[in-house]
Amino acid sequence: MTAYLIRRIWQMVPTLIGVVLLVFLLFKQFGGDPAEILGGLNATPEQVQQIREQLGLNEPWWVQLGIFAKQIVTFDWGRSWATNESVANLFATRLPATLTVMTPILLLDALLAIPFALLVAYLRGSLTDRTIMIATTVALSVSFLVYVIVGQYVFAFRLGWFPVQGWSDSLLTNLAVFVPLPVMLAVMVGIAPQTRLYRTFFLDEIGQDYVRTARAKGLTEPRILLTHVMRNATIPILTNLAVALPGIFVGSFLIEVFFSIPGLGREVLLAVNRSDYPVIQAVTIYLAVITMVVNLATDVLYKLVDPRVVLR
Amino acid sequence: MSAVLTADGGATGAKAPRSESTWLGAWRRFRSNRVGLWALIVLAGFGLLVALSALGWVAGDWQTEKGVANAPPTFMGPAQPQVASAAAAASGPLLDLSSVDPLAPRYREWTERAAKLETTEPHKVDTLPFGGDRLGRDVLAKAIKGAQISILVGVLAALVATLIGTVLGALAGFFGGKIGDALEWLYNVFTAIPSILLIFAFAAVAGRGVQSVVLILGLTGWTGIYRLIRAEFIKHAVRDYVRAAEAIGASAGARIFRHILPNVSHVMLVQLSILVVGFIKAEVILSYLGLGVSVDQVSWGTMLSEAQSELILGYWWQLVAATTFMAVFVTAFSLVTDAMRDALDPKLRGLE
Repeated sequence: MTAYLIRRIWQMVPTLIGVVLLVFLLFKQFGGDPAEILGGLNATPEQVQQIREQLGLNEPWWVQLGIFAKQIVTFDWGRSWATNESVANLFATRLPATLTVMTPILLLDALLAIPFALLVAYLRGSLTDRTIMIATTVALSVSFLVYVIVGQYVFAFRLGWFPVQGWSDSLLTNLAVFVPLPVMLAVMVGIAPQTRLYRTFFLDEIGQDYVRTARAKGLTEPRILLTHVMRNATIPILTNLAVALPGIFVGSFLIEVFFSIPGLGREVLLAVNRSDYPVIQAVTIYLAVITMVVNLATDVLYKLVDPRVVLR
Repeated sequence: MSAVLTADGGATGAKAPRSESTWLGAWRRFRSNRVGLWALIVLAGFGLLVALSALGWVAGDWQTEKGVANAPPTFMGPAQPQVASAAAAASGPLLDLSSVDPLAPRYREWTERAAKLETTEPHKVDTLPFGGDRLGRDVLAKAIKGAQISILVGVLAALVATLIGTVLGALAGFFGGKIGDALEWLYNVFTAIPSILLIFAFAAVAGRGVQSVVLILGLTGWTGIYRLIRAEFIKHAVRDYVRAAEAIGASAGARIFRHILPNVSHVMLVQLSILVVGFIKAEVILSYLGLGVSVDQVSWGTMLSEAQSELILGYWWQLVAATTFMAVFVTAFSLVTDAMRDALDPKLRGLE
């Protein structure tokens, strides 16, 4: 196990180097001149030149890559170009809001979609099953944007059940007042694709021989579904949850923009619109690391869930 | 292959039963799926609409302000004129400013010149079939023109992504070794970054416009299809027919593109259509966030982003028009994709 972990972590190094190169190439080669962006429209050529000196933009590219690599290793991302706030501080202050919204979304999504999908899979071929499949197809064809626009209009603006948007400093107030509407909308939208996906996982298992054996020896249907089928379908479900997990840190950009939640997603979007490269670079590289770690953790979890899995 | 066999059979007299080609068999299975067939007809309708709109025969005048601002749909009748509370007329003596106003001597001349010009107030209709937007542009024309842009972006981006994914996947799966490792590394790098962030990073450097959106989505969306095509090529590269081709001297390029590729093209087709739906939805989000098509163009995404502020004022028609167009198209496309996958999926073959 230890040897496996060490090897997997070692294998992350070339991927991470690739991510760093990709981000570096993208912004250095194709992005605009940072000095011009920073200086603004009224900057004199001397000022632009001074900024270039400051950022080390006059150095050859390998020196610049070295500066970038040093930032990554020392976790010192410098300051945001737009607000002069340090990137580390920016992360520390924006992440709590994102986590407050995203954790309930992810939990509710899984807790609702899994039993629902199991039920639909059990009723396969029936009218209920077909109706639900058609309903989810239609529901999926409407843009997420429309759900959010209409949901905010109906539930907050018209009916007044929730505040239209806002955020406070207290976690409890946030959870009780500001979080419910975005979470409800996100779960409503997320549940259709999740149900469809989990349904296929369960269907794959329900057709297996061990289910027939279990029925033949007289087990009750709930026991077959909840103990046998569920346990066997855990691996693909885990994989899918692991894919969604890194998203928790950026959150749903759209939700944060729409409901004015001061989270990381909105900050990243602002950074993109302002060409605030230090922030984008930092987020991209952090998320790449988180994604790789989550993938590794999932693989280890496979072993715990299913003893047949051999980690190689 | 089958053509050669029947030619031989014809020569010996007894005609061998002609084996059904993959595509013909798939089409036969597809036709038996009524839902898929109806969805295909709807798609054909959209195709016609897009073609007519691209030629400028339909919705070419979407930018003309035909109606009054926020003209309601025809069935609702014209909007009630709003009673504006008139501001109280200013009281007090009018000050003669002609002594300090430097333009005062020319006012008369300008009034005379203006009187010579003929101006016509264009007639603005009170209602439009599907309503008007805040400038009085016809929402129906916008939705059709928007369909053209949105579908074009989705299809082109999906083609770019499929092309990249197929070529790289074919190379990685066919050659393996060093090339395979290098491409695997590239794949790992691209999948290590969450796709929405990758899209943002590309958008930050690419700017706005149709070409940008197509490039961004295409360059970030190729990983899934790469994975599948690579697996198929690994499987096919060692099959007998490929080795036979090698034995008669077919080059690597010929084996990849002439021998193996047609045998995995059904995977490409299904992935392509899954990508189209995903990219059309992505374009909507990108346009809303201000990273999509440029402001002088209309797409379903730009319509929806305008609709947000209109809805608060009670003008719901633009939202409904864009949503309906998009929902019908995407539903039809998804149903065709499902039917196509069922018809082409090798695993289901022979189970009828």
